[in-house]
Amino acid sequence: MVGRIVLFVVVAVIVVLVIAYGLRLAKLPGGSARRGGTIAGVAALVLLALGLYLGLVWAPAERIMGDVYRIMFIHFPSWVGTAAGYLTAFVASIAYLKTREPGYDYVALSGAEIGLLFNVTGLITGSLWGRPTWGVYWTWDPRLTTTAIMAITFAGYLVLRAFMEDPEGRARASALVAIVGFVNVPIVYFSVRWWRTLHQVQSSPETIDTPMVWALRTMMVAFLLLFIFLLTRRYMLARIRGDEELEAMRLEVAGD
Amino acid sequence: MGDARRALALVKKDLLTERRSKAAFNAMAFFAAMVLFIFSFALGPDVPGLVATPGATLLQYLWPGLLWVAIFFTGVLALSRSFQVEVESGGMEALRLYPGDKKAIFAGKLVANLIVLGAMELILIPVSAVLYNIDLWTKLPALLGVTLLGTLGFAAVGTFYAALTANLRARDVMLPVLLFPVLVPVVVAAVKATTLVVRGDPMGELWTWLRILGLIDLVLLTVCTLTFEFAIEE
Repeated sequence: MVGRIVLFVVVAVIVVLVIAYGLRLAKLPGGSARRGGTIAGVAALVLLALGLYLGLVWAPAERIMGDVYRIMFIHFPSWVGTAAGYLTAFVASIAYLKTREPGYDYVALSGAEIGLLFNVTGLITGSLWGRPTWGVYWTWDPRLTTTAIMAITFAGYLVLRAFMEDPEGRARASALVAIVGFVNVPIVYFSVRWWRTLHQVQSSPETIDTPMVWALRTMMVAFLLLFIFLLTRRYMLARIRGDEELEAMRLEVAGD
Repeated sequence: MGDARRALALVKKDLLTERRSKAAFNAMAFFAAMVLFIFSFALGPDVPGLVATPGATLLQYLWPGLLWVAIFFTGVLALSRSFQVEVESGGMEALRLYPGDKKAIFAGKLVANLIVLGAMELILIPVSAVLYNIDLWTKLPALLGVTLLGTLGFAAVGTFYAALTANLRARDVMLPVLLFPVLVPVVVAAVKATTLVVRGDPMGELWTWLRILGLIDLVLLTVCTLTFEFAIEE
């Protein structure tokens, strides 16, 4: 029990640090953001190689599921990446509405987009895992349903952004969508849980073997570093596009 | 008190325009009737229901879910109208200049939408009950409560997103895309409660589901009220 609490606190602190770094991007000059992203990217690459080796070669096959369980080393870390992405989008959206700095809008966009990427990865790997172990690709379990709704919500966020041309209006409207959508996630989870009372127990470090735990932890850290790498790159791209948009608007105004 | 009066003025204005044009109401009435007929064609009017309800047709068995699908799909039309008329007539600027707290605007729009949606449901529920042959007389008070709570959550998020998408050219696409994922909890709780009302409640779960629905409404209302001022900014 104490071990679980410690683990939970450690994971929470790491995720908070990752989000704090994401928010700081809005303030960083371009060069140091790129450098930070590159360092994270290289570290992610090394840890991904190590984690895949640990997970695919070093860790033994599972007693009941055999080798099928190894998809877990992609599946669980994807959800950590999803959580980091959407949380970043949520916090950055609030920061944007408070400060109106375009940087926070870029961070929110990057967080949402990368969160959605990991979200879809998690859904696909989960379906592939579900088929051989549960016999079906999909069940209406609270976690599955909630994550699918989450994906639709943030896909809607990206669609909305695509429809809006005015940078300020787009930043404001999409920030609201991210905030309401994020607040809605726990409500969806609990309502679906009360609606479908059957659900299976989450895997915890006590229910899986030590080599598997280490492979999993390595992969989780690797995915968080990968998240930071993608976030910085996406942020840089958003900033360049945003500057371009502002420049185009300025030229338009000057031309009139 | 001033804000309450301002909200009330907005309700009056919205209901007056709606009474004169009947645009939202007419669109909804025809759409709702069509949805009810399409369910009947799609599912077959005489197909027997599941083993759980011997003697009932499939339509009767599915009525609670179908009803809420019809309410949401039909209601979106009215919700998107409620800010579209403002944009078309330059009313958004007037709303932004409206003195006092912006929450009053949200409250006024919300109440006006609730009344329009309520009027639609007042027709939709009895007509669907007649068409699908469902006995509602003894269940009316409980059904009224469930419908009210479900519609409140729907209208709260709907009004919020209608304001947010009012300026978009693609608002008719974006409103449902943004609105429906957020409505999932409302759908779950409202359909469950309606089913318990119509099909009987042997385990006494109705009260629990009503409270869940009320709680969902409360959270959605709070979030939408607090963030509404950002939604109508220019």
